[in-house]
Formats: sequence, C-alpha cells, structure tokens
Amino acid sequence: MNEPDPDGMTRRQLLRHTAWFGAAVVLTVAAGEVISHIHTPDAPVPDDPNALRFVQVSDSHIGFTGAANTAVTDSFHRAVDQVNALPYRPDFVIHTGDLTHLSTPAQFDQVRQMMGGIRAGGLFTVPGEHDSVDDAGQKYRAAFGKGSTGDGWYSFDLKGAHFIALVNTLNLEKLGHLGVDQVEFVRKDVAGLSSDTPIVVFSHIPLFAMYPQWGWGTDDAGQVLNLLRRFASVTCLNGHVHQLFTKTEGNVTFHSATTTAYPLPKPGTAPAPAPVTLPAGQLADALGIREVTYRQGPQPLAVKDVRLA
Amino acid sequence: MKTLVAAQRLSLMACAALALTACGTPAQPSGMDMPSTPAAPAAPVATNTVSIKDFAFAPPLVTVKAGTTVTWTNGDTEPHTVTSNGGGPLKSPTMNSGDTFRYTFTTPGHFDYLCTIHPFMTGTVEVTP
Repeated sequence: MNEPDPDGMTRRQLLRHTAWFGAAVVLTVAAGEVISHIHTPDAPVPDDPNALRFVQVSDSHIGFTGAANTAVTDSFHRAVDQVNALPYRPDFVIHTGDLTHLSTPAQFDQVRQMMGGIRAGGLFTVPGEHDSVDDAGQKYRAAFGKGSTGDGWYSFDLKGAHFIALVNTLNLEKLGHLGVDQVEFVRKDVAGLSSDTPIVVFSHIPLFAMYPQWGWGTDDAGQVLNLLRRFASVTCLNGHVHQLFTKTEGNVTFHSATTTAYPLPKPGTAPAPAPVTLPAGQLADALGIREVTYRQGPQPLAVKDVRLA
Repeated sequence: MKTLVAAQRLSLMACAALALTACGTPAQPSGMDMPSTPAAPAAPVATNTVSIKDFAFAPPLVTVKAGTTVTWTNGDTEPHTVTSNGGGPLKSPTMNSGDTFRYTFTTPGHFDYLCTIHPFMTGTVEVTP
C-alpha cells in the first residue's frame, strides 16, 4: 500500500516498525493492527489484574455525511465492537469529544445509544466544538453531563491515578479555552494530592500548541499545566486533530488520538483543516482506538494505538 | 528490546522535530503561550455580502450603514456558523453547504463574530450611522 521510499523509512513505516517490535507481547490481544506503541520496556503486560486499563475513542462525528467517510456510524460501531472484543474488560472508556457532527438532538440520541453498547467499567466523555455548535453545550450536558460541574468538567480517582476531564470547546476565540472557573476547579482539585500521584488529563482540543493557525491549541492551557508542574507524571490525552501525535514537555506527555470518522490533513499541508478523502481502501488505516495501561509505580502510562479492525 | 527503545526515541524525536517546525516555539507554560496568527490588517470592504469559502469569511471586515441587512453564504462543503463573540447579536443556525444567513444591523457599532465549529475563522462587521 505504501509507495517505496528511496530515502528510507517514512514516519508511518517507522511507527509500524516500532509497533512491530514493541507489540511482541500484545499483538495477540489486538483486534486491529497496532500503529503506535509507547511505553517503557517494563510496562505492565495486558493481563496484569492490578493494572488500570482504559480505552480512548474520539471524534466519532455521528451525523457526518461527507465523501471522507460516508458511513461514520458503521465505523463507530466497529470501534465499539473492537472495545468489546478486547480480552479484558476496560476499567472505563473515554470519548474525547466530537461525539456528534452538528449537535442535533437526533445525533446525540444516536451516539448515546451506540455508547450504551460499550462493555466497560465506566463511560466518560468530554465535549468537542461539534457538540456545542448552537447552544454552548446544553444538549451535550443533558446527554452526557451527569456528575459534572461547571460547564461539564469533573475529576475522579482510580487505581492510584487521578483523572481530570476538561472542557475547552466553549467560549472559543481562535483557540481552545478553559476559563478562570475551570482553572480554579483544577487548582482546588489537585491541591490535596501527593506529587507522586499520576495525573491523566482529558480534553478535546490539544493542551499544547500543535498548530494554532488551525485552532489546534488552548490559549490558557499554561495555567493548568503550571498547576500540574509539581507532579511526577502528567499524561494529557486529546482528540480534535484526527491524527496521532505525541510530544513531551518536561513532566507532561501529550498524546493526540486519531478518529473513528475521517482524517484531517497534517498541520500546514492543506489550506484548511477540511476532511480528507483518501483513495479507496485506505480509510481504515487512518482510523483507530487507543488502549492505555497503567500499573501503580513510577513508570509512565503505556499507550497503544490500534487500527480500526 | 534495545531496538525497540531506540526506535521509540527516534519516533519521539521525529515528533518533536515536527512540532518545532509546525509551531515555531514550543508552548511555554505561562498563560498567554500561544503564538497567534500574524494579524494581517484586513482592509474594510463596503459590502453587505460575505462569502464563506475555504474555512474563511471573505471579506473578513465589512462596513455597512445602520439598517443594512448583511448576507452570509456558505460555499464550503463543511458546515459553518456566524456567531457573535460573547453576548453579541449574531447567532446563526448551523449553515450547511449553500445555506445563507441574514442579519439586519440596526445600531452602529463594531460586531466581531466567528464560526463556533472552526473558531479560527473570524470576521467583523462595522456598522456606521
């Protein structure tokens, strides 16, 4: 499928190469092809009963009907099936936003029913800007906001890790925005935590400057990251950009997830972040889900991105 | 396993290099850390029609007299909105491809707006007496 590259490995091949070596102990559990795999050599194996294991799905865009994916509902069904086919029951599944394409009541109803088919210990979401097109997130919160505070943010603890789910898709101007209320929420939320508590942050729009010209960043993310500076390990998981990307800044590692719907261009390679229609047969290569594993101790979270089966 | 670690490091370095070229300077955790798009001073255009094309409002800055109805037309295949920043008067429904939205400006003033779906798309209407 990939054209031979006379200059050597393309980045995609490198990722595949990495995955091929890195996936030796996990390939047996993967329903689809492993496309990236980031962890330390002593990361927990998937059948460790004490490990925290969750799955990230993102950007299902239920209601999208464009040429880039004429069957987003089928794609999301496959993602749900793939989660349910895992050899373990995830502690929870997090959907990092753009559940719907245009925030219509019918789209919210459909995606909520589809999410209801996921077998996991819990189900969490954060909203994307497509989930608050015309009502500042009211329909989103009616469907998914139970247990949240403010405009939909919340936190929880599980198996030694602390999770913070943020909303950075409201009150937008050019970039994602958290706002003073939410920064204050995080300040109080982490105040009593020991600095060796692993922190995991969910948001739709990246908390790092991935490509501000297309709005792929959050203007006041630095205020939250400053509050998390004292922690040994901070992992930020986001969607929005419909492609895998990883970056480390000090104690913080950012992982952008791919989508179950359609790809977007790589930063700056197109006039606008419009849906990309791939040649026939190549769409599945761009879609996927992400498995994340953590075992109590000093090691970072293990992140494995798997192609949609 | 050495090969694995080396390949991962290489992969991360490739990511970091891409981030640097894509974003200029890495984000500093200091609040106002985002390099913003260079503010190209848009010349105001006296017109009551704005087209939405290639994820941009064109022209981005229009001037009209009070009482004028401004019409936006979505020429993209992707949906967009015309929505005031903060508590302003513009609040279009979702505009699908080919849809139009009209608003009559009755009072003079400076009206900034954006697309809630793609908030990097911004525009302004200057209403003169």
